[in-house]
Amino acid sequence: MANNRIPSGPNTPGSQQTPTQQGIKIFIQRDYSEGTAVKFQTRFPPELEERIDRQTFEHTIERLNEHFEMAETADCSTYCEGCLACLTAYFIYICTETHYEKHLRKVSKFIATQNERVYNPRGVHITDPILRGLRVIEITMIDVPNCQSPTGNNTSIRHT
Amino acid sequence: MASRRVTRKWEVFAGRNRFWCDGRLMTAPHPGVFLLTLALICGTCALHFAFDCPFLAVRVSAAVPAVGAALFVLTLAALLRTALSDPGIIPRAATAEAAALEAAEAGRPPPRAREVLVRGRPVKLKYCFTCKMFRPPRASHCSLCDNCVDRFDHHCPWVGNCVGKRNYRSFYTFVVSLSFLAVFVFACAVTHLALAARGAGVAAALHASPASALVAAVCFLSVWSVLGLAGFHTYLASTDQTTNEDVD
Repeated sequence: MANNRIPSGPNTPGSQQTPTQQGIKIFIQRDYSEGTAVKFQTRFPPELEERIDRQTFEHTIERLNEHFEMAETADCSTYCEGCLACLTAYFIYICTETHYEKHLRKVSKFIATQNERVYNPRGVHITDPILRGLRVIEITMIDVPNCQSPTGNNTSIRHT
Repeated sequence: MASRRVTRKWEVFAGRNRFWCDGRLMTAPHPGVFLLTLALICGTCALHFAFDCPFLAVRVSAAVPAVGAALFVLTLAALLRTALSDPGIIPRAATAEAAALEAAEAGRPPPRAREVLVRGRPVKLKYCFTCKMFRPPRASHCSLCDNCVDRFDHHCPWVGNCVGKRNYRSFYTFVVSLSFLAVFVFACAVTHLALAARGAGVAAALHASPASALVAAVCFLSVWSVLGLAGFHTYLASTDQTTNEDVD
């Protein structure tokens, strides 16, 4: 069944973290203000201030949110796809993928391009949220060892 | 040249699910009752195709085995898709995230719930001690499979898996098509016996085709619960609730 395979790609850390992805981690939480659909908070984390500018970050998150909104929109074509799948006893999913899976692949590709072009050169790495069950976007600040912070409080999360 | 052996995610999976075919298929830890379901459906349908269909294809219509076959294939496909696929398991929080949550509470364990506003209404996100994260709304932890499942409906032993967001559609298809199949097979068995009895009498008909009586009995006993379940899930789906939420 194709839907068991977690999408893999350049972002997949595998079962172990690669050495370049050690560092302080920031977690962007879900934004539930408009419902339970997948949407992430666009609030800019202060830890990224010296590496990334606010507009770039907000643009990335907003584009991600747009992708997920398109993935979860149900229109005539998704309805027909569902009916066709039911009529073929779901055998059609051997050849094609669902509307949602198609958009998840687009999200992975978008994140990979953003990492390659914008974030990795500035020492930041964004993990595909599907690898965290669409709960958080994990952002790693590369090349900053975990034990360096004097207060010992070296990771942070954003509360809603 | 040494070959690099890749460790698959399913090999280090933290929950209690069992994986088959190199991680392509997954079930609950004890899929025994699922095999029983499979045996009941396949066995009853095998008897139906072997004993009732030849008689009815001639006496009534050739469409009878065709419809039966179509329903059987749909039911089986839906059952396998529900039983062997991911119900919507939320991966456990990675060590870094779990550590971050604990660090935010200055060493104490995280609070039992975190409140968020969903469209202006407060909703409590419960903290899962096993998965070390705050569960999204409508997610729940299955103690049998030891996973948090998104939009958790229930753990179905008959299907040998949890029913959640990702396999609810095929579960519903399974229940509805099984009720159609059960009614259809029951009707065929009874028609067969009735038509045979008209010529030779009830006792002779039963003697000639005892399998039809067995098929009719199995279908009669199971159709009530399956129809009831189909009706219940139709109600749940139309009011956008899960079994878990309806029970609360």
